[in-house]
Amino acid sequence: MLDRAEIPDASPQADLETAPRPVSFRGGGFTPRAGRYSGWIALALVIGLWQLAGSAGWVNPLFLPAPSAIAVAIYKLAVSGALWHHLSVSIMRIGTGWILGTVAGVIVGFSIGLSSLARGVGITFISALFPIPKIALLPLLILWLGIGEEPKIATIALGVFFSTAISVYSGVDNVPRNLIRMAQSFNVPFHSIVRRVIWPGALPSILAGFRITASVALLLVVSAEMIGAEYGIGAFVLQAGNLMQTDQLLAGVVILSLFGLAVGRLINLLETRLLHWR
Amino acid sequence: MDLIADHISHRFGALEVLDRVSFTVGSGEVVAIVGPSGCGKSTLLSILGGLLQPSAGAAELRGAPPPGSLNPLTFVFQDFALLPWCTVAENVEFPLLHTCLSVGERRAAVDDALRRTSLADFRGTYPKQLSGGMRQRVGIARALAVRPAILLMDEPLSALDSQTRELLMEDFIRLLADGTLGAVYVTHNLEEAVRLADRIVVLSRRPGRVREVVAIPLTRTERGDIHAREKLLALQSELWSLIREEAVEAEREVQHA
Repeated sequence: MLDRAEIPDASPQADLETAPRPVSFRGGGFTPRAGRYSGWIALALVIGLWQLAGSAGWVNPLFLPAPSAIAVAIYKLAVSGALWHHLSVSIMRIGTGWILGTVAGVIVGFSIGLSSLARGVGITFISALFPIPKIALLPLLILWLGIGEEPKIATIALGVFFSTAISVYSGVDNVPRNLIRMAQSFNVPFHSIVRRVIWPGALPSILAGFRITASVALLLVVSAEMIGAEYGIGAFVLQAGNLMQTDQLLAGVVILSLFGLAVGRLINLLETRLLHWR
Repeated sequence: MDLIADHISHRFGALEVLDRVSFTVGSGEVVAIVGPSGCGKSTLLSILGGLLQPSAGAAELRGAPPPGSLNPLTFVFQDFALLPWCTVAENVEFPLLHTCLSVGERRAAVDDALRRTSLADFRGTYPKQLSGGMRQRVGIARALAVRPAILLMDEPLSALDSQTRELLMEDFIRLLADGTLGAVYVTHNLEEAVRLADRIVVLSRRPGRVREVVAIPLTRTERGDIHAREKLLALQSELWSLIREEAVEAEREVQHA
């Protein structure tokens, strides 16, 4: 339901001429605020209902296992060490791919933001290559790099690179020009303007880009692992699906969701620390 | 040190903005530039401060800057141009970071500038926590920290409310009172111009040409006197009569654009 202002009923016609009446308040609404616990309560309700449906036999556990069954599956995975094994492989791929893509993206993004030559060349290439679904390049990357870790990491790095480069040069473009002119008016050298004006000015956009690239990396690692990997959360989810082990499959999905939440929290912390001035 | 505008002309593409503007700002002199909207006042200031290359003519300096001056031509910006991620003290220190000053000297310069602008109690505050007037004070403190010879002020009060404007005006008058610091003061406010400047350069509408240079026949001390109000008002009215017709034309031009 939309959060909008309520329009009160019209006042009785008789008193309009003489009796003073309050000016009706029209400024309400359009300021939605999330309640502190409402999200958690809603989540608990959905899980509770889901559990009830499972326990009461309203749904076939083969197609939708109850949350308790998923929790048991996660516990067993954790105890057996399989969870950490799959997770660590995925984290290694995500971490390496994300770092490589981010470093390259930041360098290219800054070059595009600061140099006319890099802008002319870079934007054309990025515009042409960005829309390609990076997972479609995995077979080609396997041909080029072999069947080891490299093509998976390269796929993630490619996906991260384009989004990072775009968010970095957009961030550089959005640094208020008056701040750069101010620095120039004090003869501040170029490298110092980049370090002390452009970098902090572009940081909000860069961190917003990190949030996007973290999701892209997660998406690509799962996709890449589903195409060609023995270990990793994506491979685990695919195997569980093939064996109709839906509790295991959903356990993998829950772990991916928790991993995504943890990364999001980490970026929130970074923003709080680095953008405290906003 | 004198600042000379030598036949400065400028165009943005096909748009001619300034046409052979020439005048000199003497050492310690305050020169206001007034004119109708769009006559190129801010463009001229950018050229004088070396932030924009003129299409023709040149901005020149004559004589040595005062000893210890770290940035002889220093801007005070209309929109303050403060780094939002830096505190007041860090903003004031910013132009000193790449100079030859030691950490101790930098700190002393920042402390002195903050004291002169009554900002000593706000050194750890961020710009977003300050009012518009206080932000402009930080801009002034930052300019003073580099010990300028000439301040280039681009409508420094236009973003402020009238009370804050009056208070800062008094600060400017105090700051420029001893005649050691010169200024080029771009404004559309004629009252500010007559109260602050020793001479007023009146520009015509676009392309801006020097239409007249009006000398204020009162010393800076006399201008602060209550009896000088009448004379200043008469000057203001004289200036307005010079500009009015062209201001109306310029306004029409903007509406038709």
